[in-house]
Amino acid sequence: MKPAISVLLLTTLIGAGQGLFLAYYSAEWLLLLNILPATQGDYGGEAAGLSFLLLAAGLAASFFHLGHPQRAWRAAAMWRTSWLSREVIALPVAMALILAYALMKLTQNDPVVFSLGSGIPLTLSMLAGFGAVLAVATLFVCTAMIYACLKFLRQWHSPLTVLNFLLMGCASGFTLATALAALSEDTRFDYFSGMAIMLTLAALLSRYASLSRNRRLRSPSSLQSAIGVHHPRIRQLAQGAMGGSFNTRAFIHGYGAALLRLVRRGFILLAFVAPVVLLLAAHPATPSIFVIAFALQYLGLLAERWYFFIEAEHPQNIYYQMIS
Amino acid sequence: MTQLALVIDLNTCVGCHACVTSCKEWNTSGEAGPMVDRNPYGAEPTGTFFNRVQSFEVGEFPHTQTVHFPKSCLHCEDPPCVPVCPTGASYKRPEDGIVLVDYDKCIGCEYCSWACPYGAREIDEQQKVMKKCTLCVDRIYDESLPEQERKPVCVLSCPTSARIYGDIHDPESEAARAINESGGYQLMPEWSTSPANHYLPRRKVNIAIHEEDLQRADNPLRKEDRGPRAPTTRTTLDDSTSW
Ligand code: SF4
Ligand code: SF4
Repeated sequence: MKPAISVLLLTTLIGAGQGLFLAYYSAEWLLLLNILPATQGDYGGEAAGLSFLLLAAGLAASFFHLGHPQRAWRAAAMWRTSWLSREVIALPVAMALILAYALMKLTQNDPVVFSLGSGIPLTLSMLAGFGAVLAVATLFVCTAMIYACLKFLRQWHSPLTVLNFLLMGCASGFTLATALAALSEDTRFDYFSGMAIMLTLAALLSRYASLSRNRRLRSPSSLQSAIGVHHPRIRQLAQGAMGGSFNTRAFIHGYGAALLRLVRRGFILLAFVAPVVLLLAAHPATPSIFVIAFALQYLGLLAERWYFFIEAEHPQNIYYQMIS
Repeated sequence: MTQLALVIDLNTCVGCHACVTSCKEWNTSGEAGPMVDRNPYGAEPTGTFFNRVQSFEVGEFPHTQTVHFPKSCLHCEDPPCVPVCPTGASYKRPEDGIVLVDYDKCIGCEYCSWACPYGAREIDEQQKVMKKCTLCVDRIYDESLPEQERKPVCVLSCPTSARIYGDIHDPESEAARAINESGGYQLMPEWSTSPANHYLPRRKVNIAIHEEDLQRADNPLRKEDRGPRAPTTRTTLDDSTSW
């Protein structure tokens, strides 16, 4: 498949935004349950605001993918059958809940709704945040299932796709949270950075698993089954178009093996290895290093998503032997 | 349940592209707006087509055959392109099984084209909506046309009658009979999309040619034979020739 830039931006931006929200919201719970020490300045509201902006940026990018963005609202119609439709619903819901959470925190207009058994006060923002967690989890599944549900794009058709989207989104979100915590001298820094390291390593593992799975895949389709002529030697003479067609432009990437190898090594280095090294090596007193770690990881994940598209081999390419 | 479809005979298709041009002509002139081309008279023409003919060489020289292969939406009975569409623009008509796109609802997200294993859908570069074969849904029910013309235009235009149209669920239809009696098959059956369009295979045709066919033994005009000579004493009918 040919990578669509707007989709690369959409999936990576919302992944980081969702991860960032999960990082701060989970930290708040840990604080509430006295597992993490109290912190002097709480920038949870700002972080959630940034998470909202990342989701909004992803949403904006996705509009560039559409031929008729003015009709985008129609895409919510078929949620019963279409994962894309479900994503179109889950994304605004997650955004709205995260925004509500952020606003309540920022304006400190956050009444206690009830207390948990042991006298832990549960505020309205915590409830909104809980809804947001559900929406964010749904959104991760919907986004990944858009790809994983297409059964003849075998490279995508695997639970690993869902796991990858989840782990990579969370990893980049926690790395960003680490950078924010370092900048704001938040005591939850250690929690964020420890989680970022573990999530990044887990994402590396699961991405590696899908890379090796994809290397072993063999297509059940062939030119023989595609045109129904059962002869071992078939050569295409004409593809039915002179200057190419949508089929040759949208599905066949035409990049060489050397470039693909470079991108594969590059994204493993940038998205997984470099951030872990930086997170382990740097000291919270030098926050710029963590910003760099996030920037590298984000670039790496963009490259990863690009490669994710390139990896998927569409069976229709069989009909275009002359160039594919 | 009716399932309208095409049965394409690869044994008779000569790759003349009459179906391609007539399809483009009919569908670009319709209510749904043009099927746009870019650079139509330049070196690299490209554009929207519902139907294309590809050609393949099968075998190794000198024992080769050229197979012409018309390719369009197969109106799958279990179309993977339909459930993925987020807007409901793509749908399969329950009454006749035709898979259609509602151009007024389509947002041009291209997701359905990812889900079609046959590459039968094309986005129109200018209108930015997904297009594909409609089985001439605007012809086949048009009562202002004479009844024998209520068929997809590709079927009417094919000079070798390689395209058969009909309800494949009706065992008495020409299409169903062709499938059942001439070994009709589906493309990429491994994805269980159950395409409604079928193809008829290449068949080997052997004619036994006997010596006497070449010699034309039974030809009364045979030069080799000594026929009756023309009378030399009187003029013949046309005054010039005779047996
Ligand atoms: S051939 Fe492709 S576009 Fe046509 S019905 Fe089947 S899956 Fe859908
Ligand atoms: S391109 Fe149009 S028809 Fe295809 S999935 Fe998107 S909205 Fe549906």
